[in-house]
Amino acid sequence: MSVLSESFGAAAALVAQGDGALWRTVLLSLQVSGSACLIGAGFGIALGASLATYRFAGQRLLVLLVNTLLALPSVVVGLLVYLLLSRQGPLGALGILFTPTAMVVAQSVLVVPLIAALTRRLLLGSLAEGGDQLRSLGAGPGRTALLLLVHERFGLITVLLTAFGRAIAEVGAVMIVGGNIDGVTRVMTTTIALETSKGDLPLALALGFVLLGVVGAVNALIGLMQWRGTRTPAQAFG
Amino acid sequence: MSSPPPLISLHRAAVRYGTTLALDGVDLTLQRGDRLALVGPNGSGKSTLLRLLHGLLPCDGERRVHPLQPEERLPTFAMLFQRPFLLNLPASWNVRVGLWLRGVPRAEHAERCATALQRVGLVRLAGRPARELSGGQQQRLALARAWALRPDVLFLDEPTASLDPGAKREVEALIAALAADGITLVMSTHNLGQAKRLASRVVCLDQGRMLADLAVDRFFDGASLPEAARLFVKGELEWAT
Repeated sequence: MSVLSESFGAAAALVAQGDGALWRTVLLSLQVSGSACLIGAGFGIALGASLATYRFAGQRLLVLLVNTLLALPSVVVGLLVYLLLSRQGPLGALGILFTPTAMVVAQSVLVVPLIAALTRRLLLGSLAEGGDQLRSLGAGPGRTALLLLVHERFGLITVLLTAFGRAIAEVGAVMIVGGNIDGVTRVMTTTIALETSKGDLPLALALGFVLLGVVGAVNALIGLMQWRGTRTPAQAFG
Repeated sequence: MSSPPPLISLHRAAVRYGTTLALDGVDLTLQRGDRLALVGPNGSGKSTLLRLLHGLLPCDGERRVHPLQPEERLPTFAMLFQRPFLLNLPASWNVRVGLWLRGVPRAEHAERCATALQRVGLVRLAGRPARELSGGQQQRLALARAWALRPDVLFLDEPTASLDPGAKREVEALIAALAADGITLVMSTHNLGQAKRLASRVVCLDQGRMLADLAVDRFFDGASLPEAARLFVKGELEWAT
């Protein structure tokens, strides 16, 4: 019990003192996961919107694949990206394994199916409501997708925040492709795993608090967006 | 005197939803200047026929769109739905989106949008989010969006069914004004009074089949109606009184 309380105390002191190593780790985590979400959004939104509005051969199979990939373990993503980026891999010449770039790639791969599946679900709802009307106005699948993305922009932010929450909280992929190198590729989750194994509980706990705080802030934002999305603008802003 | 030129013709048109036959062997010709009301009980195929005429549904049989005379171009269509789908954007942007989708030159957007909003009495609400408007205002905005496209044929799918009596009167007056401008109208409605007020011709449907296709006065005098259509009209009017 005393170890636990001492650890909490030390963790609180680290956070309060603004420990440099701790905040560098936090900053790298935010950079990696933020970049991964932006890149994943590009692919995921385009894929999800296409799956919602276009009709093509193999579409159902692709939807099934995307939905299956939602359950993809992050360590498997890490392993696949590791194989791609390792010296013997097809992208080994890039030389980015064990760099933050590799971590961004891995987390992007991780969040693309999530963003695609949620975007598709979001647009299907609006499409059921207004698809015929947009078609009647002359919209093809591409313009329908574009207009529905604009229409559902608040819901889309929720999707991206959900993906960010998934990325920043994962440990397996970044551990494998980043290597958890101190000062280079060490992020919050990998540091927590390492420091816990070393017995340095205060730092692990401090990072745990920050991670919880970040995820909590993300969840609060998701809640705000959902609340906003269910209200008219006048209601939302008084 | 020759009859007005045809705009859309259906020959033995049939529409299926899965195993359900929603429309069965319909022969119908829409002529320029028609104000055609499609009436019938729930599930009779009114909305399906409306969507088919518009071209939103595929069909068995034949659907032909004829060039306008003397313009020698295909007619343009617009449609007003029972519950309008408006984008989560300001009211005027919804009208502009319609113009953009139809390929109207950007230079014309502002003028056309302002004229359309003026026509439906929503100029002062142009900047308001469309989804913040009342049901009647939303339907008027949807009508402005359709009218801004300057369609040759306007399809109306139970346009006042979900409105309160005041909004219903407003929208109906706007539709009557559009009809007076010479736009060809096709509307599905449950409201026989509305059909009587707005239409020049009535088609009665039941279970996907056409029971009658008559000029409005002949339809409502009842003498030329088949028994099933007469029963429908009688039932509806008794209910309405």
